[in-house]
Amino acid sequence: MSDSQLTQGIVPGRLDPERYCTNFADHTPPLGAQEARIAADRCYFCHDAPCMEACPTSIDVPLFIRQISTGTPEAAAKTIFAQNILGGMCARVCPTETLCEGACVRMESEGEPVEIGALQRFATDTLMARQSHPFTRAAKTGKSVAVVGAGPAGLACAHGLAMRGHDVTIFDARPKPGGLNEYGIASYKAPGGFAQAEVDWLMQIGGISVVANWELGRKGDGDLGDLLADHEAVFLGMGLSGVNALRMEGEDKDGIVPATEFIAELRQADDLAKLPIGRDVVVIGGGMTAVDAAVQSKLLGALNVTLVYRRSRAQMPASLHEQEHALTHGVRIIENAAPVAIHGNGAVREIEFAYTQEGASGLERTDVTFRLPADQVFKAIGQTLGDMPEKIEVKGGKIVVDGAGRAAPRVWAGGDCTHAGEDLTVTAVAQGRDAAVEIHQFLMEG
Amino acid sequence: MADLRSEFIGIKSPNPFWLASAPPTDKEYNVRRAFEAGWGGVVWKTLGAEGPPVVNVNGPRYGAIYGADRRLLGLNNIELITDRPLEVNLREMTMVKRDYPDRALIASIMVPCEEEAWKAILPRVEETGADGIELNFGCPHGMAERGMGSAVGQVPEYIEMVTRWCKQYSNMPVIVKLTPNITDIRKPARAAKAGGADAVSLINTINSITSVDLDDFAPEPTIDGKGTHGGYCGPAVKPIALNMVAEIARDPETAGLPISGIGGVTTWRDAAEFLALGAGNVQVCTAAMTYGFKVVQEMISGLSDYMDRKGFVSTSELVGRAVPNVTDWQYLNLGYVTKAEIKQDDCIKCGRCYAVCEDTSHQAIDMSADRVFTVKDEECVACNLCVDVCPVECITMRKLEPGETDLRTGETVGGYNNWTQHPNNPSATAAE
Ligand SMILES: Cc1cc2nc3c(=O)[nH]c(=O)nc-3n(C[C@H](O)[C@H](O)[C@H](O)COP(=O)(O)OP(=O)(O)OC[C@H]3O[C@@H](n4cnc5c(N)ncnc54)[C@H](O)[C@@H]3O)c2cc1C
Ligand SMILES: Cc1cc2nc3c(=O)[nH]c(=O)nc-3n(C[C@H](O)[C@H](O)[C@H](O)COP(=O)(O)O)c2cc1C
Ligand code: SF4
Repeated sequence: MSDSQLTQGIVPGRLDPERYCTNFADHTPPLGAQEARIAADRCYFCHDAPCMEACPTSIDVPLFIRQISTGTPEAAAKTIFAQNILGGMCARVCPTETLCEGACVRMESEGEPVEIGALQRFATDTLMARQSHPFTRAAKTGKSVAVVGAGPAGLACAHGLAMRGHDVTIFDARPKPGGLNEYGIASYKAPGGFAQAEVDWLMQIGGISVVANWELGRKGDGDLGDLLADHEAVFLGMGLSGVNALRMEGEDKDGIVPATEFIAELRQADDLAKLPIGRDVVVIGGGMTAVDAAVQSKLLGALNVTLVYRRSRAQMPASLHEQEHALTHGVRIIENAAPVAIHGNGAVREIEFAYTQEGASGLERTDVTFRLPADQVFKAIGQTLGDMPEKIEVKGGKIVVDGAGRAAPRVWAGGDCTHAGEDLTVTAVAQGRDAAVEIHQFLMEG
Repeated sequence: MADLRSEFIGIKSPNPFWLASAPPTDKEYNVRRAFEAGWGGVVWKTLGAEGPPVVNVNGPRYGAIYGADRRLLGLNNIELITDRPLEVNLREMTMVKRDYPDRALIASIMVPCEEEAWKAILPRVEETGADGIELNFGCPHGMAERGMGSAVGQVPEYIEMVTRWCKQYSNMPVIVKLTPNITDIRKPARAAKAGGADAVSLINTINSITSVDLDDFAPEPTIDGKGTHGGYCGPAVKPIALNMVAEIARDPETAGLPISGIGGVTTWRDAAEFLALGAGNVQVCTAAMTYGFKVVQEMISGLSDYMDRKGFVSTSELVGRAVPNVTDWQYLNLGYVTKAEIKQDDCIKCGRCYAVCEDTSHQAIDMSADRVFTVKDEECVACNLCVDVCPVECITMRKLEPGETDLRTGETVGGYNNWTQHPNNPSATAAE
């Protein structure tokens, strides 16, 4: 008899093998041509459209939807890619309810937005299915740029530069390119190896090479000085490679890991049935990472998954939509509670929380405590910037950039590693794309 | 529930909704189903002369245009009159009429423009017990090239002549079906009346090409690489039909001539509009061909609901009620001033009104940084475009009361003043 949901401890194979397939299938299946046409017909083609304004990459939403409705989804895709070369991934992972769809005027009239995300996916999938790349590379300029980090920011920047004729080398510490698209995004949002397929497709522009397993600052790899010596400019898009610690006794007990680590392992697993998961899982945090870790624990067969956030649900960084996503998957959310002690012998057994309240000096712990059984604890209380080269100014845990995305002479930065904008895939793309324009200008001015 | 019973040129039917002569009425099977569904009457698919029947194309015979969500807005066809033998049609008509004595059954006829041909067919039709005949002078394709259909309908003298023959050789009421493929619809209507017609029905279909195949470069529907113009009908033609009905209803020469209104009737409201403009009943084809016979049930309930609300007990109270208000442009009151007004609470901030007024009208809508849209009374000419494009109907026209100032012209809103009295009109007569 193999393990079941009731087995205590951290074990693999809690579910029937088929369940893994259904649990981790595309959680919003793509629109068919007929559905897309009907969805497209709902767009009002607004003037100076609020959805376009709400999109960090300013995709011309009314135009691309009109192109879908007139039977030219590939033209629609080109409209999308012209603004956002990772429009395919964004269509899958953007929290549209707080971006374009949240701004849709249909929210005002009937509370149901035009399905912009799904339509964007329909258009981009159509074009990408042909494996054709919509842009051609300009004549070579002979200039070269180093991009650190092959996440959304780095990829968007590299594409923008390559398209303008520059040679780009992307250096990334991980074995595969894609950044959190490959190692972070919930697996049911972009199943079927989409992240790698998208990178391959993007590379079709030409002029981009990738150096994997190369970490900035690591001995034997290289530092910023080396990059600046070999290239005319550098773009830093290394995201947030560290994680915040709970800073409490017992944090080193077995079974307590960063949520991002668990998710990365899950994303790289060949066989989810072999991935161990606790029976009683506790996730600490209130953001997208916390929600994704909790939901995916549940999908792997954890019996009890509890997400504990130190403030109220209204203050959770995860949107209402994401919270509901967690709740409908059977995740229990406890608000206003912070961890105070970890119990267990060698491995975690229980974790103790104190309820919190807003006091004169900010958030305060009350004397009221409770314990949750836990054989696995995921920490999702924020990611942090890795070690930065000396030349780079860091403030509040993020790289400081000027209005043009410049972090130092000949060095630009964008994405999660900078202080600007929300930490979202689409924001990273926007910043990478815009930095490419700035770098291009700099290179061409000489 | 209002009484929808209708009497049109002496022909009684339980409601004013008849199926027009077309595929829905091409045979006994369909017509029985139509009557079971509740249709008040049918005009049987047009009969041709004795002998080998016409043949239809064997490829696609319809084309269509669509609105949002593939809602069919216009249909085009290259079908001819019935392609079944005359005797079969006559036999079936007899049986249906026998089984449904309370429903109207009209025979539509199209035979060559020769007295003998009409003389031959009329008694045979009369034998079926049909309540009347409709002369198909409308078909714009296929039959016109053979000197029938709209080829006759476009020559008032022929209409008058054939109508006269029909009155001479039969006792049945005669409805003359008019083609819209003509400049002035009053001419054929007058000719029908002169020939002794009991009524006219209109419109038949409009000459049209619905679309072009952009790979094969041929009109659609395409038959072996070629296409031809067909007859256009459905919701898209209603405005054209309404105007033609109104023209006949208010023409002093044809005033009072019963009209069967046809063209784009899809809902009870369309039907009520035809009745208000002077039609005594309506005929329907495309709506049935789009949704099936059941649509009549909405037409019945909707019309009766409306009549209850209005306190009308019979459709005759509605018929022609709007005719006195159809006038010529020159008599419209230029002293009547309205201004667009946006109900801010209902506005969803799509900005379509702004885009159209700014780009294509009078720059009379202001857009603030936070997307509040307001009308500038000093610029608004009251064209109604913003009202027409607003997806949520939050823009209305407010009538300025006499004594108020029109901020656009600086003039005080006054009484009645039309073009015939206007100072800019060289042939104006001074206002009394
Ligand atoms: C679990 C999780 C779920 C998320 N879900 C969503 C979602 O659904 N929707 C959404 O919009 N956003 C989501 N996000 C946020 C989103 O993934 C990020 O905002 C986005 O990936 C940031 O892109 P980036 O290019 O700045 O950084 P990353 O994607 O983090 O890429 C940085 C790259 O740099 C590399 N790198 C780091 N340090 C070095 C170094 N020293 N040398 C060389 N290479 C280095 C890394 O290996 C990585 O490949 C999620 C984040 C997490 C953690
Ligand atoms: C396929 C088709 C065939 C038609 N055949 C005839 C016909 O045989 N005789 C006739 O008088 N009108 C014919 N018509 C015209 C209809 O009777 C009617 O006048 C026209 O379609 C407008 O009405 P509607 O908008 O409700 O369809 C035909 C229309 C269609 C669509
Ligand atoms: S009625 Fe015409 S002119 Fe007036 S605001 Fe509307 S669109 Fe502009």
